[in-house]
Amino acid sequence: MHEIQTAGILDFGSLERFFQRVLPDSLDRFAFFIAAFTLAFIVINVMVQTTAVYTWFERRVLGRFQGRLGPNRWGPFGMLQPIADLIKLMTKEDMVPKIADRWSFNLAPIILVFPTLLVVAVIPFGPDSFLGRLNIGILFVLGVTSVNTIAIFMAGWGSANKYAMLGAMRGVAMLVSYEVPMALGVVGVLILSGSLAMSDIVIQQNVPFLIVQPLGFLIFIAAASAEMSRTPFDQIEAESELGSGYNTEYSSMKFGMLFLGEFMAPLVTGMIVTTLFLSGTRGFDPIPGQVWFVGKTFAVVFALLWVRATWPRLRVDQIMAFAWKGLFGMALVNIFLIAVEVAVFQDDAGKISTNSLWIMSAINWAIAIGVIVAVANILGQPNLERPTPVPSPLANMYAEAD
Amino acid sequence: MAVKTEPVTINLGPQHPSTHGVFRLRVKFDGEVVLDVEPVFGYLHRGTEKLAESRTYVQIVTLTDRLDYTASMSNNLSYVLAVEKLAGIEAPERAQYIRVICAELARISSHLMATGFLLNDLGAFATPLMYCFRERERILDLFEMLCGARITVSYMRPGGVLQDPPDDFWPALTRINDDLPQYFDELESLITGNEIVLARTRDVGTISAEHAINASISGPILRATGVQWDVRRADPYEIYDRLDFDIPIGAVGDTFDRYLVRIQEMRESVKIIRQCIEQTPDGPYRADAPWFIRAPEGDAYAAVEGPKGELGFYMVSDGDISPYRCKIRAPSFINLTALTDMLVGWKMGDLITIFGSLDVVLGEVDR
Amino acid sequence: MYGVGLIKGLGVTIKNLILPGRQFTIHQYPDRKIGPIGLARMEGKNPLAFALSRPGETLKAMMGLVSVPDKRQDQHPRFRGEEFSWYDNRCTGCASCAKYCPLGIIKIVTSPSETAMQEGDKYAIDVFDIDIGRCMFCGLCVEACPYDALHMGSGFEEGTYTRAELVINVDMLKAAPKKPSQWFRPQLTSQNYNPLDSDGKEASSQDVHRHEKPSQSDQEKTWGQR
Repeated sequence: MHEIQTAGILDFGSLERFFQRVLPDSLDRFAFFIAAFTLAFIVINVMVQTTAVYTWFERRVLGRFQGRLGPNRWGPFGMLQPIADLIKLMTKEDMVPKIADRWSFNLAPIILVFPTLLVVAVIPFGPDSFLGRLNIGILFVLGVTSVNTIAIFMAGWGSANKYAMLGAMRGVAMLVSYEVPMALGVVGVLILSGSLAMSDIVIQQNVPFLIVQPLGFLIFIAAASAEMSRTPFDQIEAESELGSGYNTEYSSMKFGMLFLGEFMAPLVTGMIVTTLFLSGTRGFDPIPGQVWFVGKTFAVVFALLWVRATWPRLRVDQIMAFAWKGLFGMALVNIFLIAVEVAVFQDDAGKISTNSLWIMSAINWAIAIGVIVAVANILGQPNLERPTPVPSPLANMYAEAD
Repeated sequence: MAVKTEPVTINLGPQHPSTHGVFRLRVKFDGEVVLDVEPVFGYLHRGTEKLAESRTYVQIVTLTDRLDYTASMSNNLSYVLAVEKLAGIEAPERAQYIRVICAELARISSHLMATGFLLNDLGAFATPLMYCFRERERILDLFEMLCGARITVSYMRPGGVLQDPPDDFWPALTRINDDLPQYFDELESLITGNEIVLARTRDVGTISAEHAINASISGPILRATGVQWDVRRADPYEIYDRLDFDIPIGAVGDTFDRYLVRIQEMRESVKIIRQCIEQTPDGPYRADAPWFIRAPEGDAYAAVEGPKGELGFYMVSDGDISPYRCKIRAPSFINLTALTDMLVGWKMGDLITIFGSLDVVLGEVDR
Repeated sequence: MYGVGLIKGLGVTIKNLILPGRQFTIHQYPDRKIGPIGLARMEGKNPLAFALSRPGETLKAMMGLVSVPDKRQDQHPRFRGEEFSWYDNRCTGCASCAKYCPLGIIKIVTSPSETAMQEGDKYAIDVFDIDIGRCMFCGLCVEACPYDALHMGSGFEEGTYTRAELVINVDMLKAAPKKPSQWFRPQLTSQNYNPLDSDGKEASSQDVHRHEKPSQSDQEKTWGQR
């Protein structure tokens, strides 16, 4: 049994022990439930509140990117805008299409939100996560997040709408494909840290893994932005093509739930990226780890926003080709590279010194650039050079009229 | 086991984010691939040509604003030229220069909108669109200075323009004209080199020069195929024969070429405006034409190179104060001729992009 | 290639995010939020002195809770608004405006009433209805008016709840503020009359005159010849 060192975070194990101590012996069996409910209450509330703040942040920053103002009417700097949105959504009529598959239509929003909330339980906000030192944390994350594929398909299928159906079909194909590079991108981290537990991964990052394995970071962030359907991979919604994709038919709070799940995803992704690649809660000393964590998360979220504000969307087949021809190969190269380097650099105790990590970083950056150039050459369009425009002989505007 | 599939028909529009108005495409998809396209339009039909028959020649100017509402000035110019030809009115030189400046400003504003919405169709989440609109707003401010309105300008009259530009117009025009190339540079560094844009637009929706001519396509779409045809050069109207400008053409005729041609045309327009500012003479801005023009019996056709293509008005007069017949050659409408050939075989995302690159305005298509 | 274009695009957007001159295509109307420094500037004070003298308001401004009327509308005096300025003492009831209107939405009923000794017969305007619900504000009526009686206004906040309220009748036209736009009225431009000035100066019926008002002796000469 691992000992809890600090009171930095309340995790499930210590909560349960606390309630066991507080409650009389006859009620001990309820301690499990009370602890679980407390934990769930905290996680859900914190996440929903943060998402509310994040929607404001996203709209505001996106507005600034585009030379707009963004919401600025209600409350300081428009910060109460999410509440206004919520009231608007709640007072709207909840419409279900007549020929909709009601079960899947109604269940889909719930199923979409749940996995995102579940992931938060294993994110180490301090030395430990809410679930304690869950030793398969990263597997848990990968497994749970893939559930939302089903939710999106249920929403699309249940809506009985062709746009929603197209969006859902695209979504399933894309999400399933990007699971692979996402998992493979994480493998590099696992090899380096030698553990599946998120908190151990943080401890191992004497040098942030972003610096040690840039390729893995790129693969993971690309796959993650595809998983949460953000530009340039926002095929599921593709508002200029499909109207609103899988959530076309949703209204009222059901749409609110989809909205919640959609806006929670970047936050959770930011948290996972922070944990896996940006050394999580670690930072300079006077500032507490939690602040570092939140700061890093919002930095990642801002980067995602920046990309969203700038880049257009790829086409369906290009996205799939990018996953299987580009990211998949890059991930394999990354795994091979990290495995070889770990075999070379680790000492007898299986540890890798900080100096070795820096040497690895230098090698990896060089190789990463090479791999990106190679992949761009393979995937990029072959004839970059356009022919020089030559006036067509079919028309001559300088000719005199007959 | 073979899975039985069947094509699905989807109604794109009339309420759809990317139909640029109330256009409707009845598309048959095989999965994502377009099998057949049937354009349906007429949702914005207002009977402009028929309405013109019961209005006097000056009153029709207000109707032309509402054809291609992204470039009302070009519509005004085309109509006014037709009436001048019909009634034998000669516009003073100053008015001709002012009209050319307005038409070129309208071209820039229309092309900015086309570029912005093309990128929006590509999924760039409105950022290039907002940047384009920022510059367009400044051009509309100029229109507001000239004629008090931003979109429905009604600025030109047979025989000149309504009012002389105010004193603060010329410095403002010079300032904007000097700023615009920098904004085009910024726009290009945001879009032109972008690999995603290249992957999405290059060699997509290609149309051959021969096909384009056979479908009587005009404007930037025709020039993107490599055909160097521009009414401003082929049949110079106003004072275009005194101006020095190039006719940019594309190499392949794909979506990317259409975008490039538009950007280059905007740069040429800036050049034209600069020359016009230098050359504009003093003098009257409006010929002494009667308010109720009684054109002699006969017909006249005048065409201008509008932002979307050759925009022509064919007017028939029976000697009355209103035309007997008014026929509008609307470039957006005729450019849609080759739509089906361009779209079949491409994917859904390409359908939106190709349609966006055609830059149709439904006010003009449906008239 | 190799993603250079993508990174260049990111540079453009971050430039637009950070550079202050590039922000805000859009202004909030009719009021806008203002920060503490802007508030102090509006009061004509040093921000520090302002913060010390009125800490409460400064704090509110820092929280983004202070909004002030936006006076930065750069509307040109030539702007054609959605209202009309009409001078009933200039109008002769000739109904040129009604005739020139492309939509036929102006209704004028006149009756011969009085005779002004100096200026001839005058008609009383009984009905002057402009249905601005159907009006497209092209201004042809203003262009047509031979006596400079009808002018475009500059306001544009004419929203109502019913269509019937959109018909402007003669009393409303008489009561409306006389702030004619400079549109097609070069005499106002030459007088530097700006309808958008906030001091509420109205143009008198003499100001909107296209020609010099004939002097008494000129008038006597003209009428004496008859």
